[in-house]
This record gives sequence, C-alpha cells and structure tokens, in this order.
Amino acid sequence: MTIIGWLQISLLFLAVLAVIKPLGLYMAGVFAGERTLLSPLLAPIERGFYRLAGVDQTREQGWLGYTLAMLALSLAGFILLYGILRLQAYLPLNPQGFANVPADLAFNTAVSFVTNTNWQNYAGETTMSHFSQMAGLTVQNFLSAATGMAMAVALTRAFARSQVSVIGNFWVDFTRATLYVLLPISLLMAVVFVSMGVPQTLDASATATTLEGAQQTIALGPVASQEAIKQLGTNGGGFFNANAAHPFENPTAFSNYLNIFAMLSISSALVYTFGQMVGSRRQGWTLLATMAILLIAGVGLVYWAETQGNPILGALGLDPAQGNMEGKEVRFGQAMTALYAAVTTGLSDGGVNGMHGSLTGLGGLVPMFLIQLGEVLPGGVGSGLYGMIVFAILSVFVAGLMVGRTPEFLGKKIEGREMKFVMLAVLILPLAILGFTAVSAMLPFAVASVGTGGPHGLSEILYAFTSAAGNNGSAFGGLSGNTPWYNTALGIAMLVGRFAYVVPVMAIAGSLAGKVKLPTSAGTFPTDTPLFVGLLIGIILILGGLQFFPALALGPIVEHFAMLAGQTF
Amino acid sequence: MFNQLRAALVMVLLMTALTGIAYPLAVTAIAQVAMPHAANGSLVERNGVTVGSALIGQAFASDRYFGSRPSATGPEPYNASASSGSNLGPTSAKLRDRVAADVERLKADGTEGSVPADAATTSGSGLDPHISPEFVRSQVARVAKARDLPETEVAALVERMTEGRALGFIGEPRLNVLELNLALDALKT
Repeated sequence: MTIIGWLQISLLFLAVLAVIKPLGLYMAGVFAGERTLLSPLLAPIERGFYRLAGVDQTREQGWLGYTLAMLALSLAGFILLYGILRLQAYLPLNPQGFANVPADLAFNTAVSFVTNTNWQNYAGETTMSHFSQMAGLTVQNFLSAATGMAMAVALTRAFARSQVSVIGNFWVDFTRATLYVLLPISLLMAVVFVSMGVPQTLDASATATTLEGAQQTIALGPVASQEAIKQLGTNGGGFFNANAAHPFENPTAFSNYLNIFAMLSISSALVYTFGQMVGSRRQGWTLLATMAILLIAGVGLVYWAETQGNPILGALGLDPAQGNMEGKEVRFGQAMTALYAAVTTGLSDGGVNGMHGSLTGLGGLVPMFLIQLGEVLPGGVGSGLYGMIVFAILSVFVAGLMVGRTPEFLGKKIEGREMKFVMLAVLILPLAILGFTAVSAMLPFAVASVGTGGPHGLSEILYAFTSAAGNNGSAFGGLSGNTPWYNTALGIAMLVGRFAYVVPVMAIAGSLAGKVKLPTSAGTFPTDTPLFVGLLIGIILILGGLQFFPALALGPIVEHFAMLAGQTF
Repeated sequence: MFNQLRAALVMVLLMTALTGIAYPLAVTAIAQVAMPHAANGSLVERNGVTVGSALIGQAFASDRYFGSRPSATGPEPYNASASSGSNLGPTSAKLRDRVAADVERLKADGTEGSVPADAATTSGSGLDPHISPEFVRSQVARVAKARDLPETEVAALVERMTEGRALGFIGEPRLNVLELNLALDALKT
C-alpha cells in the first residue's frame, strides 16, 4: 500500500461526497412530482407515456398494487428480452451474424438483466448482436435500476407519511426515475466516455495488420451508451467478456474513476433523498456513515491483500513489488483495482476491472463477503437503500429488546408483523446462497464446471450463488457457468434474491404507512447518533455476515493459508 | 390486474424505443460527428495501413520489439474479438506452471534479477496495451542489440514514452507497447 494509492482512493470518495446533497435533493424533487430543469423537454414525453399506457398519474397505489405493478413490469421485460435473445438471428443490427441464443442461456440472461444482477454466462462480443445489446440488455439496465429506485422511494414514503394506505404510484415513480434521473445522466456520461476512448459505433469490428504482420480483428460496437447506464444503474453487465477490464470499456485511470463514480453516486444520493423525504437529513447521513465505514474497510483489506502478492509466484522469481498482477491491468494497478473490487460488491454492480477469481485468498474473500452482507454499502440503486432500512429496523428491534421498550424507527412502531417480514427478507439470502452451493457441491456434473481445484473450486461455486442471489453479477470466472444446471439454478437464485426479498419489504412499507408517526419523546432510542452507527455495523456483520463464516472458512480462508504454505491444486 | 399488465406491456415497449433505440443512436450520432477517432476504436495508422488500436494490446514475438504481457485470450494471445482473463486462482497449479515457464523464457531472453510481476502474469482483459516501466527496462538491452542501436538511445526513447501519473498521483506509470514499438521503428538505425 502506498500513500499515492490511498490518495487515488480518497479522491473518488470526495467526488462522490460532493454530489450526494445536490443529487439527493434533485431526486427528492423528482419523486415528489415537482417540476425540474428538464421538465420543459421531458414532461410531454412523460405525459405521453402515461396516456398510452393507460396510467392515471394522480392515483396512488397501496403496497400490493404497487408491488403487482412492479412484478408485471418485470415479467413483461423478461418476456421481451427473452424473445429478443431467442430471435436475434432474424432481427436487425446483427453485423457479426450471431445465432439465436440457446434457451437455457437466454433464460439465465433475461432473468439476470431484469433482476439487475447482470451475471453473464456468455461473452458479449462473441454472442450478442448489437440489437440484443441495445434494445434488449441496455433497456433492462435502465428498467431494473428504475424499478429498484421506485421501491426504495415507496418504502421511504411509508416512513414519511402517517396513517395512510397508499405509498405512491409505481408507474409514475418508475417513469420519472428513468426520464429525469437515469436517462439524462447516462447521455452525458456516455459522451464523456467516448471522449476518453470508449467506442460508439454500429460497426462490428475493425481489422488491423499488426507490426509483426498478423491480422487482428478488433471488436467494436455501441459500447459507451451501454457502459454509462451499466454503471449508473449498478447493473454491471459488460459489453465485452472482460467487462471494465477491457480497454474499450475502461481505457484510462480517469474513465476508471468515472465508472466507479457513476456506480456510487445515485445509490449514495438516494440515502440523502431518504433523509430529506422522512424529514431527517441527519438520519440519511447516519446511514451513509455506516456504509462508508464498512466500504472503506473493505477497500483497505483488498488493497492490502493484493499488494502482498502471491508468495507461490514470488518463489518462482517474480518481483513482489507490484503485488499480485494476475488478472489485473497495468493502467489501474493495485489501488484502483482494489477500489473497484470492493465498490462493485458493496454495491450490487458486479462489473469488474480485474478478475476477482485471480485475487489472492483474502483479496477474493472481501468482495464475496460484501455481497453476502446484503449489498448495502451503499448497495444497488434503490435495493441498497431498502436493504439498509431492513438492517436499521433489525437494529432498533435488537436495541428495543435490550432496553425493554417497543422499538421505533423514525416515529413508526416496529411490531411483530414488521419483524416477521424483516426476518423473511433477511433469511432468504443465506438460504439461496448456501442451499444452492451445498447442492451444487454434491452434484458431480456441477463440480465438473469448476476451473481451479482445491478450496478455490468451492469458492467459485459459492461466489456464483452469492453473486446471483445478491443480484451482483461479478464472478470467480473459472467456473464454466454456461451449462443447463448453472443457467437454471443461478437463474432461480437471482429471481429469489430479487423478488422474494423485495415483496416482504414492500409489505413492511404497507404496514408502516398505515401507522401513526409518533413524535420523538424522551424514551425514544435515537437512530441518528454514532452509537447507532456502531450498533448497525454490529448487526450487519453479525446477522448479515456471520452465517456465511463456515462456508468462507472452507473456501477463501483455507485458500489463503494454502497460498502462504505454497500449496497448489 | 388487467390494467397493470397492459400498462406493463406498453411501458416496456415505449421504454425500449426510448432507452434501447433512441438513446444509443443519439449517442452514436454525437460520437460519430464530434469524436469519430475515439468512437471508432482509436485506430492507429502507419503509411495508410491500420496497424492496431492505441487502446488494445498486441503480441510481439520478435527480439526487435518490446514484448507485451502474456495474454489469456484464445485461440491466440491478444485476440481482440474475444477478451478474457485466465481466471486462475492464486493456488492454481496451472498458474504456477505457466508463470514458471514464462519466468524461464524471460531469463533466457536476458532479464536479470527478479522478473517484474506484469511480465509473467496475464491481464484481466487479455488485451492490456501497457507494460510497467520496470518490464520495459528489463528489455532495453535485448532490443538495442537486435536493432544495432546504442542502449542509451533506446533508453532515452523509453524515458520519453513513459506515461506518468496525471496530476502526480492518478493512475500508474506505464508505457503503451504499440506506441513504443512504432516510435522504435521510426528511429533512424
């Protein structure tokens, strides 16, 4: 670790800190239905969309109606995307002449993009036509992100309101999130990406004759437009197989900053929006502080582990000064790769600028663990916020048990009904991750997909289901996931991780919205203090993380000691 | 419920038209008009022939050129239409054997002392256009000898072509191998 490395890391966090308030306030206005700077341009489009879709924008929905609308949109998105992938050979903009995507891979991919996971069992540049990338995958990058934002805002309203049955109109929240937040920022960012060297063309490739006379076919495409929303919507699905390690997705140190900045900005600002909407900005900052502490600790641990290098390779005569460079790009080095690895998993982005499967034992443990914590640091756009609120409710409940009072969060009494839904949501992640991993580790044909033997093999399977259920999308890429078993099992894990989590959360929203918002009294446990930050960190680590410890001990932790002992598999 | 399904279907189609067709085409139009070089892959030409992209690495086998990092793409290294890392874990025997072979090859080619890490590891993309200044320096003597150039001249070129950190702390010091080798070819022998 070097001072210059930490300076690079700090600069990114300062840049994000600078936009949290303005972007957070802007989004609070967007979701309150206020006019914005862009309204003259976008309001006619917005009204047109509502009219064509038959949406009455003045009518708000209860939690069930809101949730059903979200499910209907996801279903429609899935069907359309699945159709496009299955028929891409007959559709336009297929200059490479790619064949239709097989059924199991199309199922996996469609689920993956609709659930904001963006797990990829395919290599973009050798599988997907430009039409599939644009009209299929890019669209779901927008929609799945806007869906997450809408649900987080609905849950926020449940805290802001008192004794009502409605929590907003899904169609309005979703449309406004896309039109006023995601689309304009993506457009701007895509153009900046092009200026940094990210291609944007409808051509398939360029051919070069290298200096030594060989032919090199260089894959191109509409990369910048997809890269922008991929990061902004914390999707993470790359245009190319190598994702943001590919020089065309991420050509320079500055584009690397922009990638990470784009991932972090909306998720972080939404927490401020939450504080603003519930009338306690301090509460927003409290949650942000919690996220930042854990995330920076994660960055530090990856950075430290990777700069130590791999002693097995050191023994062969490799200079340890550069650290572990397998799977990493020279232009990013250790600091920028560690930063990306921790942020992409503390969020639910899942893009990578270096290969996670080639990280050292402890370096690889961190991204996996950050996903297992529930991706709340600060998590996917929307999904991170509602995940964090679930942990906050759990924390006030535990605090309530300790002092023997009915727990309250932001003036809302937390009672049996809410706690049942909280536990449903919290338990679904370990069930899906550990359950599917255990089954896969016992099926010979599932184990056969593993790339590296020994503990790393278990890590590859565990990471895959962690990533799928957590809707992350990054991978220990040694696993050959494009098999009927993994396509199906990972697809189911993604569906469970997204919808079996969010439906109980929305039920909590419905239940809380109906309650009286109590004024703060002397007996209220304050939730906007450093003490609460400490409590919340404890709850996240113990309840979110500890249940995965036995599995992690058999995978990355054993691998760390094997690496130190010089053992290979 | 029927209303919701209808709304969902219409919304998905409208959003596809807006975010899946209009948005990428608008970016393409802006990019192609304002920044055609970058938008088309930052291609590098020499004497009217496209010799590669400034952002994409390529393989160099000859002693007369500075070598790139090993690449994990298949079927050949630096296949720019199928990016890939090795995805080998730190305790992989395959990784150990591959690195051992590369270290041996580099030592035979004249690398003295310990081998820079990037010289014997594959990048995440398999297309890394850069190598570290240490890796470049370890090759100067070999290249100078193959080209019959004084070592100082090659070393001076390397010095000139080294990209530092922006503002003194952003990014890593590095050299673009294709640009370095083009500059090498342009030197008078």
